[in-house]
Amino acid sequence: MNDSQRNIVDLLVIGAGPAGVAAAIAAQECGLTVLLVDENPQAGGQVYKALPTGFTRSRGSSVSKEARLGDQLRESLIRTEIDCCFGHKVWNVGSSLRVDLLGPQGVSTWQPRALLVATGTTERVVPFTGWTTPGVIGLAAATLLLKSQNILPGRRTVVAGAGPLLLAVANAILKAGGEVTALVDLASRGEWLRTLPSLVGRPVLMWDGLSWQARLRWAGVPIYYRHGVRSVTQLGSGGLCVRVGQVDDRGMPLQGVEIDIEADTLAVGHGLVPSTDISRLLRARHKYVPQQGGWIAESDEGGRTSVPGLYVAGDGASIAGAAAAGLQGKLVALACAVDLGFVKEDQIKREKSELQSQWHKSARFGKAMAGLMAMRSGAVAGIEPDTIVCRCEDVTRAEIDAAAREGARDINQLKAWTRCGMGPCQGRTCGDVAGSLLAQHVGARQDVGYFTGRAPLRPISLAEVAGEYTYADIPIPKAAPL
Amino acid sequence: MKTSELSSTGFYDAIVIGGGVMGCSTALHLAQGGMRVALIDRGPLCREASGVNAGTLTMHMTRAALIPYAMRSWQMWMDAEKWLGKGVLATHVPGLTLAFTETECELVELRAKARREYGAPIEVISPQRAREIEPGLHPGLLKAGYCEIDGFASAYLTGRAFHHALLGANVTVLENAPVHAIDTGDAGHRIQFTVAGQRQIMTARRVVLAGGVWIENMLAWLGVNIPIKVLINQLIVTERIRPVMRSVLSVANGLLSLKQFANGTVLIGGGWQGDGDREHGGREARPQNLIGNMRLASYAVPALAEARIARIWLGLEAETADAMPIIGDVPGIPDAFVVGSAHSGYTSGPFMGRIIAQHILGLTPDLPLFDPARLVGLPIPSV
Repeated sequence: MNDSQRNIVDLLVIGAGPAGVAAAIAAQECGLTVLLVDENPQAGGQVYKALPTGFTRSRGSSVSKEARLGDQLRESLIRTEIDCCFGHKVWNVGSSLRVDLLGPQGVSTWQPRALLVATGTTERVVPFTGWTTPGVIGLAAATLLLKSQNILPGRRTVVAGAGPLLLAVANAILKAGGEVTALVDLASRGEWLRTLPSLVGRPVLMWDGLSWQARLRWAGVPIYYRHGVRSVTQLGSGGLCVRVGQVDDRGMPLQGVEIDIEADTLAVGHGLVPSTDISRLLRARHKYVPQQGGWIAESDEGGRTSVPGLYVAGDGASIAGAAAAGLQGKLVALACAVDLGFVKEDQIKREKSELQSQWHKSARFGKAMAGLMAMRSGAVAGIEPDTIVCRCEDVTRAEIDAAAREGARDINQLKAWTRCGMGPCQGRTCGDVAGSLLAQHVGARQDVGYFTGRAPLRPISLAEVAGEYTYADIPIPKAAPL
Repeated sequence: MKTSELSSTGFYDAIVIGGGVMGCSTALHLAQGGMRVALIDRGPLCREASGVNAGTLTMHMTRAALIPYAMRSWQMWMDAEKWLGKGVLATHVPGLTLAFTETECELVELRAKARREYGAPIEVISPQRAREIEPGLHPGLLKAGYCEIDGFASAYLTGRAFHHALLGANVTVLENAPVHAIDTGDAGHRIQFTVAGQRQIMTARRVVLAGGVWIENMLAWLGVNIPIKVLINQLIVTERIRPVMRSVLSVANGLLSLKQFANGTVLIGGGWQGDGDREHGGREARPQNLIGNMRLASYAVPALAEARIARIWLGLEAETADAMPIIGDVPGIPDAFVVGSAHSGYTSGPFMGRIIAQHILGLTPDLPLFDPARLVGLPIPSV
C-alpha cells in the first residue's frame, strides 16, 4: 500500500443510499472524479434496498413506491458511469481522508481530495426484559426482510416501538399476508396528529398515512397508543408472550393493567440513530440533538464538518428522511465542487436556492417523524436492573448504574469500567442507551459524550489485512533498548 | 475567569499531578503513610497509557536494569485485590520470547543473559520445550526465552480499581481538572487548575509530578528542562475466539506482545508506531505498521489468522534520553518530586509509586530511585 499504488480521486462517497447516490451524480456533473463505495451489492441503501443479487420481480407483481424509486435511483447511477465499489467495506479512514477498503479481492486504499460520509442510520432498541430472546427483531430489520426479500418476520407479529416504521412494518406484513397481532406505540394519537401540519403540501404521504391506518383498522389490528413492551418471554410452544403496559409521555412505564399478547415474533424499534462512526473516528466536532437522532457531526448547509475535506449528508448527518437526503446529497456535492474549485459559488446560486427550498419542504416531514423517533428518557429510566444493555458484552443496567455510582462520569470511562460497548458492534447498538443511563446519574446527556471512534469500522480478519507473506516480508523494526 | 481559593479542602500535605498508575500508587502510598493527599488529573484516572496499554506484566520486555522493580511490581499486580480492594484481572502465565532467525537466536540469548543478571528467572529453551508450553507456536521456531514469572492484566480496569482504593484512603480525587501552572514559594506550592469551567487554586506543602509523557511539560512549569521522547504505540484487539494460546508471547527484538484473555479476545501489541504527538495524543494507526504487527502476530501463532479485529487504538509511552525512568527530587525545587516516564511503566508502576512515596515520607525506599538531575538538558538521542 505505498503511494504509487494509491488510487486518487476528487471525491469519495461512502454510502450509496439516496444521499450518496445523488451526491455522486451531482459531483460528477460538476466535473469531479468520483468513487462511490457501499458494503451492499447494489445501490439503494436501506430505504431503497435492492432485491438480492440475481433476483428479479415476477411479472405482474405489485411494485411499491419505494421499490420504484429504488429502481430509478439505480438506473440513474448506471447511466453516469460513476466508478462504484459495491460489496466493499470501509474498514478504516485516516486523517488525510485516506480510505481503506476490504472487498472480495482483499484490501485496497484510496486517497480522495474530499470525503462524503452518507452512511445513514442504525436502529435503536431501548432494552426491556427479554429483548435478546430469539424471535425479537428490529423494526428496521423487519422492513428489510419485507422489502428486499419479501419475507414475513413471523406468522403472527407484534409490532412495537416508536416512529413511522411502526405503521410501515405493520402494513407491509398485512400486505404480504401475515398477521399483525397488535401494534404497540409509545406515542399517543395526539402526537401523531401534531405531525399533520408537516404533511401539508405532501398529498402522497398524507394518502399513504391514511391508507395505512385504514388497512390496519380493516384488518382489526388492536392498536395500543402510549404503551410499551414490558417483557418478552418464550413460551413452551416456541412462541412468545409479549407483555405490554401503559407509559407516560416520556415513555416511562406506568402502574396499571398489563396485557399479555401471544405471537411468534416481536418487531420492535425505538427510532434511528445517525451513523457517525467515521466522523467520530476523524475526531470531527459533534453535537447532541435528540430531535435529529442524537449525536451528529456539526456541519454547515454544505455538509462541511469541522474536519477540512470531510462532508456529511443524509440521515447520517441529521435525520430528515429519504427525500430530504437526496436533495441534501446534491447540495453537499455542490459545496464540495465549489470547495475543490470545479465551479464558482455564483454559478450554482440558483440551483442551490432551488434545492434548498425543496429540501426545507421535504425535511419538514422527515423531521416531524424524527421527533416521534427521538429517545424517550422515561423509556430508558424504566429499564429493569437485570436487563442487558450491551448485548455484545452482556452488561446489565445494574452494572452501568453501579459504575456510575462508583464515579464513572463519561461514556468512555464507563466502557473501560464495565466493557459496555467494547464488543464487535463497537457500541453501535448500546451507545445511545448506555449514554442516557449514565446521564441520569451525571446530569446532561452532552456531558456524558460518545464512544471514541475506532478502527476497524467493520470487523476485518488478521488474514485479510496481513495478506500473503513470509517472515522476511515483515518489516521488523530495530530492537528495543536492552 | 475569576481565580478563587478552594475553601476548606485547600491545603494538602501533598498534591499529586497526574492520575496514571504512577500517580495513583504514589497518592495511595502517601495517604497510607498518614499524609493528607489530593490527586488531580486533566482527564479521568488511568485513561491514558495506564488504561490503554497492553497490560503485559512481563520480564522479557522490561529494561534489564528495571527487572528488580518489575519483579516486585508484578507481585503487587497479582495481589491487586488485596491492596486496592478491586482487581485488574491480573493473570499469572508463563512468558516466551521467540526467535525465528539465527540473528534472533543470538538476541534471545543476549537479552535473557542481561535480564538473568538482574534476577529474572529467564532460560533459553528448545523449540520442542517451547511448544509443550505453547502448542500453537509456528513450526519455524528456532529458540525461545522462557520466564515463569509473566502474565497480564486488563489495563482498562486500572482506573476503576485505583478510584476505589483512593477514595477508600481518603485521597481527594479531582478528575477532568487540567492544571495550568504551579507557583512555588515559602507557603508551599500553589496549583492553578480548572474544574467544571472554574479556575481554582489548591495549595500543598509538596507536589509530585506523575504525568508520563507529559512530565516534560510539567517540569517546565517549574523551570526545569528534561526532554522526553513520545512513543505512539499501536494496539489491536480481536473479537472473542476459541482458545489459541495460553502464555504471553514476545519476539526477540521485543516488538511483539501477544496474549489471550479469559474472555477469548487476543491483544496484539509490541510498540509498533502510529501517528500522534504529545499535544494531540495518538491520532491514527499507520497502515504499514498495522500490517507488520498483524503479520508478526499471526506468524507467531498461525491460528490467529482467522481472528477478526475488533478495535485498534493508540497509547503514548515515554522514553527518556537513557531509557530509564525519572524517580526522585525535581532538581533545584524543594519539596517537588517526579515519578514516571518508565519504559514498560505499567508493569513497574505500582512499585515505583511506592518507592517515591517512601522517599517523600522520609523512609528508605525498598530499591534506589532514578535521580532526575542526570537528565536535565540532556537531548533525546536521535533514532
